[in-house]
Amino acid sequence: MFRLEPRPAPSRVLTLASPLIALAVTVLVGIVLFTLLGKDPVAGLRMFFVEPLRNSYAWSELTIKATPLILIALGLAVCFRANLWNIGAEGQFIMGAIFAGGVALRASPESPAVYVVAVLLAGVVGGMFWAAIVAALRDRFHASEILVSLMLVYVAEMVLSYLVYGPWKDPQGYNFPQTITFLEAARVPRLMQGLRANVGIFVALAAVAVFTVFLFRTYQGFQMQVGGVAPLAARYAGFSSRRALWTALLLSGGMAGLAGALDVAGPQGQLTPYVPVGYGFAAIIVAFVGRLHPVGIVFSAVLMSMFYIGGELAQSRLGLPKALTGVFQGLLLFALLACDTFIHQRLRWVAAK
Amino acid sequence: MTDLILNLTSESFALLVAATLNAGTVVALASLGLLLNERAGVVNLGAEGMMLVAAIAGYAAGVHTGSDWAGFAAGATAGAAMAALFGVLVIFLNTNQYATGLALSLFGVGLSAFLGIGYAQQRLPERPHFAIPGLADLPFFGTALFKHHPLVYVAILLAIVMTWWLMRARSGLALRSVGESPESAHALGYQVRGIRLLAVVGGGALCGLGGAYISLVYTPMWVEGMVAGKGWIALALTTFATWRPVRVLLGAYLFGGVTMLQFHLQGQGVQVPSQWLTMLPYLATIVVLVLISRNPTWIRINMPASLGKPFHPGA
Repeated sequence: MFRLEPRPAPSRVLTLASPLIALAVTVLVGIVLFTLLGKDPVAGLRMFFVEPLRNSYAWSELTIKATPLILIALGLAVCFRANLWNIGAEGQFIMGAIFAGGVALRASPESPAVYVVAVLLAGVVGGMFWAAIVAALRDRFHASEILVSLMLVYVAEMVLSYLVYGPWKDPQGYNFPQTITFLEAARVPRLMQGLRANVGIFVALAAVAVFTVFLFRTYQGFQMQVGGVAPLAARYAGFSSRRALWTALLLSGGMAGLAGALDVAGPQGQLTPYVPVGYGFAAIIVAFVGRLHPVGIVFSAVLMSMFYIGGELAQSRLGLPKALTGVFQGLLLFALLACDTFIHQRLRWVAAK
Repeated sequence: MTDLILNLTSESFALLVAATLNAGTVVALASLGLLLNERAGVVNLGAEGMMLVAAIAGYAAGVHTGSDWAGFAAGATAGAAMAALFGVLVIFLNTNQYATGLALSLFGVGLSAFLGIGYAQQRLPERPHFAIPGLADLPFFGTALFKHHPLVYVAILLAIVMTWWLMRARSGLALRSVGESPESAHALGYQVRGIRLLAVVGGGALCGLGGAYISLVYTPMWVEGMVAGKGWIALALTTFATWRPVRVLLGAYLFGGVTMLQFHLQGQGVQVPSQWLTMLPYLATIVVLVLISRNPTWIRINMPASLGKPFHPGA
């Protein structure tokens, strides 16, 4: 019979190969699914892996999706490395969008161009505020951060819904649940005429650099990781677990809030009930597939964005359901976790006893 | 005149109680399933995903066969299949329980949306209403307690039987030993991983029943994402109930009560925006979680000692 046994040292090759194997598995399942649905699998795969990279318009759309995914996943990577399971990034994203929207609505035609900085900072504060609730309840009352952060997603959705149906509704909006379109000063500047891509992607890439330094070159980043891998060792060394808790949650909340602000002040341009589209959840997959490493996260965020755009294209051009995106995203994470098993363990044939 | 008002309020109160039991049953079934997992030492964060897939599987079966029971069977099977996938990864490949459970939830959200295309427009055939003969005609109690779907009573029975089984039956004790001290259970000759897998699959089947109950009975239709966090609330309930089946049931009714109170208040035309009322069950869950987690010793005493810890049989 086959048996799993621990490897003497984790396999370096597999650590990097595992996401690729997982992707291969996902593609294989995709081919089977396309065939079952009676579509040409080659055309199906084209929608997901070729079309999203074909021209400048496609690249622009790719950055729009990748920006929030990178930002949120960076924060989550810190959390997961510190063994804190903040899975309510979606709620922090929404709260960031709400705070940013609140500031953006107060812009006037005379506002200077830097007004947008205040909008983005408000988003960071909003996300931090929402994550701080989680941190406080965990710190003070030992309440599970998994459940509290998740419950707060639903609460944030309701707050957003209340605002856009109620006090913040555009009076000239024909009673649609939406705010006015933000003024130019409150919008994130675009990179080029005619494309939706904006400077957000540079914010995201700068954040990648900052997080790389924080995680691997600062004492505090080191402390948090020790706390995640070996809590007892961290305690013995005198690293504060409370400080790690607050830092990780505030960081990830702030990043998710920033992502929300960039999204409403960027491509969306107004608050609607449709602001949350699941970036906060998809970013969990992005973080894992990117090996909880900032650079890896960039690649996995691009991949995940290709899934999003591919799903939309597959719907409009091939008549395939858009929900395929979610199936592929989930599958990818599953396949990855299964492949990761073999980083620390190997399969060995043992004669039956 | 006063009679009329009293009569009216008592009737609407009876309906409120009935609705509470109805809403509570969804969460109770799922939470009892998760309790089974956790007593065996496995945390499955995939409840939401399992319930969604079960909801669409149950609904599809209900639409095609016209039978509730076929729907519930399909739901339970779907939940069990999803749980088996999770179980094999977590128990035999030793993947991280939290990450794998999350993957199951995310996958379930996607898969159910995919499978459910086309079912949003379909309607379930007309099915008989249930009533316990004799008792259903009682004033007040008839409406409140005796006109429910059989699964409502099954959930109550299940909680009681499960309490007995976990505390008294040999097999139930074996399951608990696997969750408390897998090493000792292994030394006694129990197949730790086999028992855990059975517990996970059984728990998945119960979550599946809960999911199917949503789409077949609670809100008989299919809407994407219709479980709306009930899977997560079911997870919170096991902690709230300190892993006791009857307390899970009571907790579920409490949650059902809050949910229904919110609808009731909306119906009464209370001058509060509906969104604040819709938040109530989620806020209530947080409050309850905070209250119960406040005392870490209390949780530690009651929690299965090896919850969330993988087990590798010695080579």
